Amino acid sequence: MTRAVVIGVGNALRGDDAAGLLVARGLSGRGIENVHESSGETASLMELWEGADVLLLADAAQSGAEPGTVLRFDGSETPLPEAFPPCSTHAFGLAEAVELARSLGTLPPRVIVFGIEGRSFDHGASPGPEIVAGVAEASRLIEEELKR
Amino acid sequence: MSNDLPPTPRNTRTIKVDYLARVEGEGAMHLRVQDGRIEDVKLKIFEPPRFFEAFMRGRSFREAPDITARICGICPVAYQMSACHAMEDAAGVRVTGQLRELRRLLYCGEWIESHGLHVFMLHAPDFLGYPSAIEMAKDHREVVEMGLKLKKVGNDIGNVLGGREVHPVNVKVGGFFKAPLKRDFAKLEEDLKWAVEAAEKTIRWTAELPFPDFEEDYEFVCLSHPDEYPMNEGRLVSNRGLDIAISEYEEHFEEEHVPYTNALQSIHKGHGAYFVGPMARLALNFDKLTPRCRALAAEVGLDAGCRNPFRSIIVRSVEILYACEEALRILDSYEPPEASSIEVNANGATGFGCTEAPRGLLYHRYRLDERGDIQEAKIVPPTSQNQKTIENDLRRLVPDFLHLDDDGLQWQCEQAIRNYDPCISCATHFLKIHRETVSA
Repeated sequence: MTRAVVIGVGNALRGDDAAGLLVARGLSGRGIENVHESSGETASLMELWEGADVLLLADAAQSGAEPGTVLRFDGSETPLPEAFPPCSTHAFGLAEAVELARSLGTLPPRVIVFGIEGRSFDHGASPGPEIVAGVAEASRLIEEELKR
Repeated sequence: MSNDLPPTPRNTRTIKVDYLARVEGEGAMHLRVQDGRIEDVKLKIFEPPRFFEAFMRGRSFREAPDITARICGICPVAYQMSACHAMEDAAGVRVTGQLRELRRLLYCGEWIESHGLHVFMLHAPDFLGYPSAIEMAKDHREVVEMGLKLKKVGNDIGNVLGGREVHPVNVKVGGFFKAPLKRDFAKLEEDLKWAVEAAEKTIRWTAELPFPDFEEDYEFVCLSHPDEYPMNEGRLVSNRGLDIAISEYEEHFEEEHVPYTNALQSIHKGHGAYFVGPMARLALNFDKLTPRCRALAAEVGLDAGCRNPFRSIIVRSVEILYACEEALRILDSYEPPEASSIEVNANGATGFGCTEAPRGLLYHRYRLDERGDIQEAKIVPPTSQNQKTIENDLRRLVPDFLHLDDDGLQWQCEQAIRNYDPCISCATHFLKIHRETVSA
């Protein structure tokens, strides 16, 4: 049986950077299994997706699109674009963790990343209203992906 | 991007790195060479502690550890510890016994995690010629896997003791909100035994890396404690005779505002640039390391006389071993304290705290009013203390590498900067790499 893991990455105290966490929280609340929240720490992320066949990631993105826009990216074969920056203050973020796992041969065969375009990443700020809509959309897309 | 530079004359090379890769946060370097001579070296740091100093005014002394912990995602424990010690100093109380040991344990976790990240993911690729750990992992799989696992042991100490791996929430002025039970540490103990072996391998592995022949007569400054390798307490000492109480820090060190950087640059008054961090600690506290650390250091030819900053990668590895051994020692004799914290009432006083963050001294001073609210806060992070020394290193190093092309020269400079593991933390912007090289 296919084992899917969903991870929402972010920082609850950095404005729109909370987007990934909100996605994970919402999906867990609806009883979906294997859903995790993560600060983006490399080794912990890699441990969370160890042995999974399908990895679905949600994170805030910065690509220049309208805030709240959901970007879908298939990272199964190709590296993540720059729109997925390190989400924490670590110099190693989600994109690096994915690429490091790819180098080490431990990346799940199917990797889909949902980026929720953010606007403000200020300390102590709350996520903006556009982000809440983006979180809902990303959650819906992840649920669809899980049904495949 | 180079619009703000004057026109480039002949025989002038300008190397401008707008976003330094593999440093924590955001920084930039600007180097200008004319006729084989360094004309200008600037390390630009976008650093937010000043914002926090203002932000804390009017907040209760009890809030300082949690607020300042947000300054850095890599060394939140350092900020919490310096803040707690400063507040306890203001209140005239001391945290002792098992609570003191637990703080030390938490700090060990941060050293392991921070040094692990730097040694394996950020610094080692420099020596082996890889642009990043991702490329390095393809050829050095076992090393990278060991590094990730080692770093995670450090994070796990934070998980068990701090409540979570980044920005621990369990620390308070006077101790902890909740002290762990002995059984909470069972898995950690097993992991640390593995980590001791891994740290030994790391020391041997880093010692084999190719090191440039570069030495400098630095003034090393760090804490010194009569009984232990310094983390939380001690006097401030240097290899040039400094020996002062933490509360005297500002009488001996001052910060200069430099127009091109957000960070203030510290100098030792009457002496100039100085050096904080693992190399300073090892140089001035070598005899406080465990016998095993000293033996490993001797085996790889490292001693208190090391003055080559490139070899800091070995020094960090020795400190990883030390932190693993020290954590095991603390776990071995751990008994949960009767109370998870002591009562602290700080008001109407000024408190000073200085602890050893992974990258070096982190100084805090707070002036409190009668209600215990913060009237004035001062924070001096390690990176601003090292900034002048980093620029000096670049000034000395670059003439030896002028035969290299711009990419090669830039590589050497970035590596030299990374010797200090600069924590240009809390970047509100993300680290993006953008390079431009201009040469005549």
